Amino acid sequence: MIEFTFWDIVRNLLLAARWTVLLSLAAFVGGGAVGMVVLFFRIAKNRWSRRIASAYIALFQGTPLLMQLFLMFFGLPMLGLRIEPWTAAALGLTFFASAYLAEIWRSGVDALPRGQWDAGASLGLHYLQELRLIILPQAFSITRAPTVGFLVQLVKSTALTSIIGFEELVRTSNAINNATFEPFTVYGLVALIFFIMCFPLTQYARSLERRATTN
Amino acid sequence: MGYSLDFGWLVDATGAIAQGAATTILLIAVTTLAGTFLSILGAAGRRNGPLLLKRAIGVYVEIIRNTPFLVQLFFIFFGLPSIGIRLDPVLAAMLAMTLNMAAYTIEIVGAGLDAVPRGQTEAALALGLRPRQVFVKIVLPQALKVIFPALTSQIVIMMLESAVVSQIAVRELTYEADMLQARTFRAFETYFVVTMVYLVLSMGLRRLLVSGGRRALGTGVS
Repeated sequence: MIEFTFWDIVRNLLLAARWTVLLSLAAFVGGGAVGMVVLFFRIAKNRWSRRIASAYIALFQGTPLLMQLFLMFFGLPMLGLRIEPWTAAALGLTFFASAYLAEIWRSGVDALPRGQWDAGASLGLHYLQELRLIILPQAFSITRAPTVGFLVQLVKSTALTSIIGFEELVRTSNAINNATFEPFTVYGLVALIFFIMCFPLTQYARSLERRATTN
Repeated sequence: MGYSLDFGWLVDATGAIAQGAATTILLIAVTTLAGTFLSILGAAGRRNGPLLLKRAIGVYVEIIRNTPFLVQLFFIFFGLPSIGIRLDPVLAAMLAMTLNMAAYTIEIVGAGLDAVPRGQTEAALALGLRPRQVFVKIVLPQALKVIFPALTSQIVIMMLESAVVSQIAVRELTYEADMLQARTFRAFETYFVVTMVYLVLSMGLRRLLVSGGRRALGTGVS
């Protein structure tokens, strides 16, 4: 049997945490890109496009992320795509994030006064220019705090990908726990590593929020 | 290779799915009651308690909010037995869910308490009510009315997160789905059906809470 010292456990967990960070970043970037598309549908003038986007958002916000990951993991191979835990995890979290981010940004767009659109139109800008130059920059800037807050949620959500077999922090900790039989230490350390990743983001979101309310 | 969907297994599986859904509902019902109660105590303690208690509640909220629910669950179920606290899966799940939800709802309830004008307390004290009566009869009902939508959302989120407790072998909806797909080899169809059940549960739960809240707290609850 291999002997694990405390530092072996820490080292292995930190190595696995790289994958948690990478997955969070991939899901945030991918979710941001897909979320932009959903946002365009959500605020479009066409009623059906808005309805479809609303349904998309309601679907992802009304079902467990774990189910979404399972469907991704078992569903995509049926379409003939070879899929590994990493792909399923990244895609699943991307769609999950896109729904939440689109909804957060939509609230920013809705918060802008009607006059912003009118002013843009009276300057002779067409719809896309209006969005790009006037509406979206303001919408992003007033929703910065909830966006960062969602990033914290996303980092925590990566833990679920351990269940579909992606080798991140939690899955590695399960393996270490099975070898060392020290669950208290192992899961305590995992919690600590997540805390170290999330707490600064939480504080940042809070300071953004404070700045927004004092302005 | 073609793959055709097959839902033939569903006829025999309805019992298992219903049973799993019932357990999920039981878990969230207990969590809602215990979590709300705990967060009222926590929010009150954070405002009026001694300094040490305020600090402790603050630390608890930060720890829970910055770590994944799955890790909290594993810590409680696998970690605590090594310091002598052994819980069976259902109890561990209920404890983890309650502690998790309360960390979020303490802040929500706290915001509600802050929203009640100070004059309400002063007026009630002037009428000769004791401080506890003031809190329970005057401040709390008004606070709950303000925060009800946020509280509802948090309860629905917790219900969706409860899917994770299948990992410690609590026989709820996701656990039954895992068992079914292992038996039928119809993983996609099984998880699809169960996902739809969750969707119905979350929409139903939201509707139930909103209409129940209207009845209990009067009009003005959205």
